[in-house]
Amino acid sequence: MGLEELAGVIERNEGEVLGDWLRLQTQSLSSKRIAEAQLKTESHRFLLALRETLRLGTTDLTKDDRTGIKDFLSELSRDRAVQGFTPSETAMFVFSLKQALFKCLNKEMAADPKAVAENTWLATELLDRLGLFTVEIYQKSREGIINRQQQDLLELSTPVIELWHGILALPLIGTLDSARTQVVMQNLLEAIVSRSATLAIIDITGVPTVDTLVAQHLLKTVSAARLMGADCLISGIRPQIAQTIIHLGVDLKDVVTKATLADAFRLALQKRNLAVGKA
Amino acid sequence: MERIPILKVGRFLLVTIQVDMHDQLALTLQEDLTARIVSTGARGVLIDISALDMVDSFIGRMLSNIAGMASILDAETVVVGMTPSVAITLVELGLSLPGIKTALNVDLGLELLEHSLAARGESSAGSEDA
Repeated sequence: MGLEELAGVIERNEGEVLGDWLRLQTQSLSSKRIAEAQLKTESHRFLLALRETLRLGTTDLTKDDRTGIKDFLSELSRDRAVQGFTPSETAMFVFSLKQALFKCLNKEMAADPKAVAENTWLATELLDRLGLFTVEIYQKSREGIINRQQQDLLELSTPVIELWHGILALPLIGTLDSARTQVVMQNLLEAIVSRSATLAIIDITGVPTVDTLVAQHLLKTVSAARLMGADCLISGIRPQIAQTIIHLGVDLKDVVTKATLADAFRLALQKRNLAVGKA
Repeated sequence: MERIPILKVGRFLLVTIQVDMHDQLALTLQEDLTARIVSTGARGVLIDISALDMVDSFIGRMLSNIAGMASILDAETVVVGMTPSVAITLVELGLSLPGIKTALNVDLGLELLEHSLAARGESSAGSEDA
């Protein structure tokens, strides 16, 4: 009676359970993201690991994972998260086994309803736990992916461009938060030193919204650049943003602002006594 | 006693701060500098802080004070060579040093002083006070 028996049922009906399970899984997958052969190998491995776990009589998998069933599930879950499976598709890998398993249980113990109920309960408990664990790992992997992408964005989106000798441009794209402003400020100031620039143009064409906080961050960057001896111009202010800035009561009077990067560049050249003319 | 040297470069004075500033040193510097501006008739002061890697509100205030004193004595102050980390710290402290001119390095600082003297109508070759 109990876990041992459940393991026996699985062993005796392995072929059938596996077949049913695979069919159910293929049905629940909306698109063919995974090869049937791979699905089969994975399912087979999981079933073997599950049987071993049952045989060892382990119920608390958080403490005891001798059969490596959790490691196997984590790996599977992570892979599927990366491949773009939905959470339910990933969880269905475990949950769809229930139906196949219960069918076999019913068949084997048709004469003993009490044993069926008991075994069903045991299997449900274990599979639920494993299913939840799968979802948890899936979630964690997705969070990992999001974090990495955020980091990538942070690095990608703050290039400092040299427009002319001593004139730098910093095209900002995306929302400015404190962490990003810190990176932007650091990048700009370091570029000012390394290229010995005296003028920097901060272009905010790609910044979707400007609130008081963003404005404050911009002003801080401008002040820091000024302290190092470089003048800052802000360009790329869209009409809506100009309105917002005034409505918010942000004071940008100490900063030179231009509507477009071209205007700012012309002013920058003028300040350095340069001019662009026809060849 | 420890002193910060003040060098005369043409019509300007050059102060290079390379040690940790403390109250007494700052007071001595202010005294020496004002005395030198008067005795040499210097028209500008360059304060080079490129060797400073840490600042606090005290240094920020000291720079403001020096600039104020120099301007009363008709000499312009330019702070040169501030490093990015120092600039960020000062801004975060809320000290954006209004009224002080800044430049990337001593070269550009000298150029800036020459320019602003020229703008005030004093020829750069002006050695009449020598």
